[in-house]
Amino acid sequence: MDRRDFLKYSGSASLAALLLPSFGSVIAAEALTEKLDVGMKKRLADTALTAAKADGATYCDVRIGKYLRQFVVTRENKVQNVVNTESTGVGIRVIAAGTWGFAATSDLSADGVAKATKQAVQIAKANSKLTTDPVQLAPVKGVGEVSWATPIKRNAMEVPIKEKVDLLLAANAAAMKAGASFVNSTLFQVNEQKYFASSDGSYIDQDVHRIWAPMSVTAIDKTSGKFRKRDGMSAPMGMGYEYMDPKKEDRIELPGGAVVYKNSYDIVDDARLGAQQAQQKLKARSVKPGKFDLVLDPTHLWLTIHESVGHPLELDRVLGYEANYAGTSFATMDKLKSGDYKYGSPEVTIVADKIQPNSLGYVGYDDEGVKTKRWDLIKDGILVNYQAIRDQVHIIDEKASQGCCYADSWSSVQFQRMANVSLEPGKKKLTPTQMIADVKDGIYIIGDGSFSIDQQRYNAQFGGQLFYEIKDGKVGDMIEDVAYQIRTPEFWNACAAVCDESDYRLNGSFFDGKGQPSQVSAVSHGSSTARFNGINVINTARSLG
Amino acid sequence: MSMYTESQARAILDKVIKLSTADECSAQLDGSVDGNIRYARNAVSTSGIVNDAQLVVQVSFGKRVGVATINEFDDASLKKVVMRAEELAKLAPENPEFMPGIDKQEYKATPTFSEKTASITPEYRASVAAASITPCKANKLVAAGFFSDSQRFSAIANKKGNFGYQTSTNADFTCTVRTEDGTGSGWVARNTANVDSFSADDDIKTAIQKAKGSANAKALEPGKYTVILEPAASAGLISFMMFGFDARQADEGRSFLSKKGGGNKLGEQVFDERVSIHSDPSDPGSAVLPWDDDGMAREKTAIITKGKVDFLNYSRYWAKEKGKTAVGRPGNLIMAGGDKSTMDLVKGTKKGILVTRTWYIRMVDPQTVLLTGLTRDGTFYVEDGEIKYPIKNFRFNESPVIMLNNIEEIGKPIRVGDDESPFVMMIPPMKLRDFTFTSLSDAV
Repeated sequence: MDRRDFLKYSGSASLAALLLPSFGSVIAAEALTEKLDVGMKKRLADTALTAAKADGATYCDVRIGKYLRQFVVTRENKVQNVVNTESTGVGIRVIAAGTWGFAATSDLSADGVAKATKQAVQIAKANSKLTTDPVQLAPVKGVGEVSWATPIKRNAMEVPIKEKVDLLLAANAAAMKAGASFVNSTLFQVNEQKYFASSDGSYIDQDVHRIWAPMSVTAIDKTSGKFRKRDGMSAPMGMGYEYMDPKKEDRIELPGGAVVYKNSYDIVDDARLGAQQAQQKLKARSVKPGKFDLVLDPTHLWLTIHESVGHPLELDRVLGYEANYAGTSFATMDKLKSGDYKYGSPEVTIVADKIQPNSLGYVGYDDEGVKTKRWDLIKDGILVNYQAIRDQVHIIDEKASQGCCYADSWSSVQFQRMANVSLEPGKKKLTPTQMIADVKDGIYIIGDGSFSIDQQRYNAQFGGQLFYEIKDGKVGDMIEDVAYQIRTPEFWNACAAVCDESDYRLNGSFFDGKGQPSQVSAVSHGSSTARFNGINVINTARSLG
Repeated sequence: MSMYTESQARAILDKVIKLSTADECSAQLDGSVDGNIRYARNAVSTSGIVNDAQLVVQVSFGKRVGVATINEFDDASLKKVVMRAEELAKLAPENPEFMPGIDKQEYKATPTFSEKTASITPEYRASVAAASITPCKANKLVAAGFFSDSQRFSAIANKKGNFGYQTSTNADFTCTVRTEDGTGSGWVARNTANVDSFSADDDIKTAIQKAKGSANAKALEPGKYTVILEPAASAGLISFMMFGFDARQADEGRSFLSKKGGGNKLGEQVFDERVSIHSDPSDPGSAVLPWDDDGMAREKTAIITKGKVDFLNYSRYWAKEKGKTAVGRPGNLIMAGGDKSTMDLVKGTKKGILVTRTWYIRMVDPQTVLLTGLTRDGTFYVEDGEIKYPIKNFRFNESPVIMLNNIEEIGKPIRVGDDESPFVMMIPPMKLRDFTFTSLSDAV
């Protein structure tokens, strides 16, 4: 997650804080349902495509975007901030003299678009002097004029603000009633209206929706000065407001009493439980470090998958395109080409997926007009593929892009981003209770905490939200100050079992950062509960004297 | 057009203020031109220019606030944006923490603009990439880097007669150089408002030297070590710690600056007495706008003086609640130091570890500001005042509060850019004892 973007929205409103280039301008709530006319978008796109060709570009794509966001920020019994933002503009990418060029403008006049197109071509030509290998684009057949939309049941942008505010304040009240010292709750809603056109002959109009309701409950022991938080809680989803309408079948009580959710969320009840858990954390015993068998709930495991599988299997990282920022990857080409690199144990099959319903990454076409799909990354423990886009796939001898190109704004250049990357459920029937029954000395971890991984994705450290001791097959007391350290291949090879599909749940990141200038993207990771044997656990308690 | 002169900006803001019938009205007009070039594998990968400008109008009726923005500035558009903000304010719930608009402020202009940076062309950016790629190719090394530049203007005004206008520029350069076999990696970074003092040809030499010098690193056991942190290695930790300097968080009992039993540690000795950090919007090396996000004038402010906490950030609301005077929030952090360079600190070290930079820093425990992260792109073992050999990267679990109590020596501050930090920073190299490395990383 990009820490700075999240912090911007968690704070109180100020004028400058609202001037956010990546998220756009503040608008009225009713404007959140306005759309740009498709005919107008096509005319503008054709203006750019024609201008690019006239200037000598051999390829051009145009993305006309209207990005709408609404943020409702509350604490205890107060609404701190309701912000509606809009960002509209056009980004033009060209290949000229074998080199990429990009320019973007918020000026949606024909002149503004033509001028930006010229600028993009000028940039490509200026940089072509340094080009040794001209860009090779995998072919994409134009699809003509098509459209796609996230299959939502209730558009969050159309739900009255009062309904949202009342829900968050009810959750806050439930937390305070249950003994919280403080509670912060937020509702983020995103609608990306993206129009893509290219010189390949595609005109693709997409309407993408996402929602997230993070909450943080704090408990303080005033005598000792100790404070503990229960953070996170709900999952960000590629859904409409129907996610906030709880359904009985989506509530799951885990061994030990924690509650998690599938495709709908009861924020009020979760706030109550979160307050109890934060208070339990104050009194929980500090962990004795050592090697433990870890049982990881999907609310926790998603982040470990994201960092130790999703990122290292991005081809741009493997090749060195991200060397100056996010880093490279230990999962080098020779490992893929060997055909027998054991990334994990035979229990581990991991898929990349851009067509999974309710997921954050679900779209019809990616941001370079490629139809989306699902493919294997790790099959029965063996590394079998990467995530790659049009100008990369020739390097792994594939003929077509895998359709995982994304830009977070019209003003950002699109590049390879992570698809939803998920651990396939185990094939044998196995519930979390049955899995735990087989663990002698372990720790059960629920929820994501701190996360950090090196620039080649070897060494990682993860915290969590709730930690329970497992002794002789039973979930015992809550413990605290837990973090585990891994070396990626050893960790995934220590995967002893994955629960069956009845336990499968999605979680994910709303603000995954990558690239320079840094861009965010939203990505889901699904899994069932999984067991990892003999993992190194450290104690994170310190004293400031 | 996305860059407006002072008189153009003032004319737009004046119109907005006059159009509003609300109790309060404030407006902010910003515009920018951002350019960048990115390269990897010794070739340019992406490059672009983005023009953008927008106007934010905030109005209030009593304690009801409405905000609207627009990126067109003709009379009809200005009327529309003011009306929209006023309609929103009338519909909004009362904000119990509402604060009236700020009084007229005195802004002293600060040196944030450089004509040379504002005049950067696509050809200049391409030359920066070439200055990295050409020597790397000649040395059989691989360069991946990013150069970005921006020019922007900011203008603010309100109904109480407050007005400010200033232009600023920034340029940021980072380059990672790796050996072809992937066993060595070096890095260099430069952040400046004025590219007059920037030479990619010179800077790249540092990254090349570190890439060559870091190849085939040896493994040391994790544990507590004396470290010499280059400025870029400690900036991220110090910047992270500053989130704990919020007065409300501290008073509410959820910061490392909260006091047992209530209250905060303002005025208390929390760090080694050699630690002093202040903020100064006019600092020639790290100038920032003379106002903060609320439009409050920034002044020279002592944050930590000889280890004592001198400043907590009081929002205007929290200052009122606590009977304090709110001041402009710092935009830069200037840590005091001496005259020694990083290599001078190395010379005076019997045994220690030199760290070029730290990476992926995240909070483990906000109670103690325990942070974890890793060393990267040049970590070396030092003995008897000399760099002996490169060592494998470490993961650290350390609190900047503990770190700033374990100081051995402080060198000369330099400007550091950190894309995860809201501050422009002047940070010295530091020699610190008992820095906690908890595991080894195989990453290069």
